[in-house]
Amino acid sequence: MVSLDVNGKKYRVDVSPDVPLLWVIREQLGLTGTKYGCGEGLCGACMVHIDGDAIPSCQIPVKDAQGKRITTIEGIPESHPVKLAWIADDVPQCGYCQPGQIMQAVAFLQENPNPSDEDIDNEMGGNICRCGTYQRIRRAIHTASKVMAEGGGK
Amino acid sequence: MSEIINISRRDFMKTGAMIGGGLILGFSLPLRVPTGEAAAAAVPLMPNAFIRIGADDVATIIVNHSEMGQGVYTSLPMLLAEELEADWTKIRVESAPVDTAYNHTVFGMQMTGGSSSVWSEYDRLRKVGAAAREMLIAAAAGTWKVDKASCIAKNGIVIHSSGKSLTYGQLADKAGAMTVPEDVTLKDPSKFKIIGKPTLRLDAPDKVSGQAVFGLDVRVPGMLTAVIARPPVFGAKVVSFKADKARTVPGVKEVVQVPAGVAVVATDFWPARAGRDALKIVWDEGPGATLSTAGMREQYANLAKTSGTVARKEGDPDQALAKAVKHISAGYEVPYLAHATMEPLNCLVDMRTGSCEIWTGTQLQTVDREAAARIAGLKSEQVKIHTTFLGGGFGRRANPQSDFVVESVHVAKAIGKPVKVVWTREDDIKGGYYRPMWFDRIAAGLDADGNPVAWQHTIVGQSIVAGTLFEKMLVKSGVDETSVEGAKDLPYEIPNILVDLHSPKSGVPVQWWRSVGHSHTAFVVESFMDELAHEAGKDPYVFRRNLLAGHTRHRGVLELAAQKAGWGKPLPQGRAHGIAVHESFGSFVAQVAEVSLNPKGKVRVHKVVCAVDCGKVVNPYTIEAQMESGIVFGLSAALHGAITLKNGKVEQSNFNDYEVVRFNEMPEVEVHIVPSKEKPGGIGEPGVPPIAPAVCNALFTLTGKRIRSLPIRAEELKKA
Repeated sequence: MVSLDVNGKKYRVDVSPDVPLLWVIREQLGLTGTKYGCGEGLCGACMVHIDGDAIPSCQIPVKDAQGKRITTIEGIPESHPVKLAWIADDVPQCGYCQPGQIMQAVAFLQENPNPSDEDIDNEMGGNICRCGTYQRIRRAIHTASKVMAEGGGK
Repeated sequence: MSEIINISRRDFMKTGAMIGGGLILGFSLPLRVPTGEAAAAAVPLMPNAFIRIGADDVATIIVNHSEMGQGVYTSLPMLLAEELEADWTKIRVESAPVDTAYNHTVFGMQMTGGSSSVWSEYDRLRKVGAAAREMLIAAAAGTWKVDKASCIAKNGIVIHSSGKSLTYGQLADKAGAMTVPEDVTLKDPSKFKIIGKPTLRLDAPDKVSGQAVFGLDVRVPGMLTAVIARPPVFGAKVVSFKADKARTVPGVKEVVQVPAGVAVVATDFWPARAGRDALKIVWDEGPGATLSTAGMREQYANLAKTSGTVARKEGDPDQALAKAVKHISAGYEVPYLAHATMEPLNCLVDMRTGSCEIWTGTQLQTVDREAAARIAGLKSEQVKIHTTFLGGGFGRRANPQSDFVVESVHVAKAIGKPVKVVWTREDDIKGGYYRPMWFDRIAAGLDADGNPVAWQHTIVGQSIVAGTLFEKMLVKSGVDETSVEGAKDLPYEIPNILVDLHSPKSGVPVQWWRSVGHSHTAFVVESFMDELAHEAGKDPYVFRRNLLAGHTRHRGVLELAAQKAGWGKPLPQGRAHGIAVHESFGSFVAQVAEVSLNPKGKVRVHKVVCAVDCGKVVNPYTIEAQMESGIVFGLSAALHGAITLKNGKVEQSNFNDYEVVRFNEMPEVEVHIVPSKEKPGGIGEPGVPPIAPAVCNALFTLTGKRIRSLPIRAEELKKA
């Protein structure tokens, strides 16, 4: 049995301790917003927050996530400025990578609330989008940054 | 603190659907879909197949094209809602089941491809909306016992001249029983309230919340997950396999041989994958083991020296070339490319006695259903396909052999339980169905004034439709039209032209890849045009424009892109502009790329100014997004993309060695739309072709080095 704290809920899951957290979140907890893209930590589609840091969940054996605070895309409020900016700036295309992009952006804006384009390119470098929504993501991160600076959302 | 939720594996199998992303695909058959003869008639008006209006005023539009990012779940409802006079905030979208009612209006099967969704539905969906509107008006007039002419429909309400009104929801039942009008009048475009207006995507909220359901997210009760050990070289066959170790992996339920390889079936993905790793398989690699792309390149280059099947011939190119003052010739080549959709392929099949239910993100429903029915031994109407969101398509999810559906039906049939086959990223990169590798030999002659007088273009590469059900449709007089598109229709005014084709066969499976033949022909044609311009001592933009006198739409986008980019004006030190223009899928796109090169030979594209003429515009936001998207897709191929084979084995495996553009390589993209009254063209693909030549043409201006082989290699540029 593995104990997990995901989006503020406690779970006890009967699963092998070496299974990557990604698959436990998706298949045992049924939280399918976190996506499988590469399995090697190369694409960012599976990004979750572990104690506030954005981490590719395909690289974390579930046993190592025990006792930590895990947040998935479903745990980010729909009123969060990043989510709202993603909709207002019409970011998604196929949409598959976007939960991972959002998780990375939310964590990174905590550290750097007023990023430059260059900061965004560096901090978002682990997240691939094959539809090429990068320019819109840059725009949406700036939008969210402004809203957050004005005290909106949260 | 919330209660502790205990999840044992067994419980989850029973209740999994209740917990999360399970059975939330609320697909239901629309009411009264005509079947048989009625459905077979030529594009009949069937509002009931496309709209369902509830008592709550919600208008659900059933969309028959697959949403893979290109925005059809917004642009197609816009067409219908415009004529319906619907309240846009009450529009919902549902994916269509498989039925002839939903066939493509031109291609005669249910499918999404060829950048055809909007133009092929432009009339039908507006007519459907108009018919439904008339039925709602008739229902209101009937209720009030007044003349229809005294009623109008507006924003989801029918209003009588007296001022009384009823909502569509209140009228829906009665309207459903009305006769479908045989003829409807469509609105004058000057009255459009939705079409042509920038409209946010309807699917964005679900894609942002994480609730959007892709194929990989679907679960059904009792479902198992399979991973298939696939042939190490194309065409290899299983001789024997040992599964004893695989079977000891906790969670592994079955190991079965299927035509695609050996499937390990488990409770979940991870044990299935671990089980696959534990398999011992003896393969007969067959002739595929001798394949190498280096060897194929030699073969192609030799073939390109010989005459192929003629695709276009005008004048006497041989003689004109002989007489020309200046001769220029070159060989161009591009590699195999994987689609690398972000969502790896997957397909869930639940086969029962007399039925087969499939959940997958597909672009080719009719073909997949027929294929599934054949394997399952069922009639096609016994097979149901639920089309989920597609985590990228780019052509890969329109497989003429229905590969990812067929193999999943085989596994489901073998184990007798619902099962989802999941591809790993490595399976995807190594799995074939690539954009073909191409080699082009091209020669031209210039007269004393630097005008091109002869053009000879020989193309060598596999046919993507040979041996498929699309061969009849797309191979004409021995020429696969998809191999020569963008070359055969060379727009430049050159009096003597020859375009010919060799279609060598190979064991490497190939398929359409976003923009298909144009993905290579635009690179060759637009790069070589640049070579000619430089040879003629002319400005590459002016050179093109002068040869496009009879092609106003090409010229229109070329001029707009050049003007908006400030063509000819000074750029910051170390930067140069390159330009390219190309028509594909009924739309015209020109791009100007602003490029620099660092001392290590790394290319940086700073900005792309893109002009597009796609005829009448439905959603300007979609057009901008698709131009950005096409540019990034094409740039990934230009800067990084290559699938290579050695001793039959694909040398790439994941995003570490099959790289794609990331944030740090994303140029600023500026899109300008040419206002047009022409019929709508495609938009999903036409942004791709011009970017590679635009970038390479800029690199020539920067370095004097002509890139004739993609992807662009730093070593090549350092030699400059």
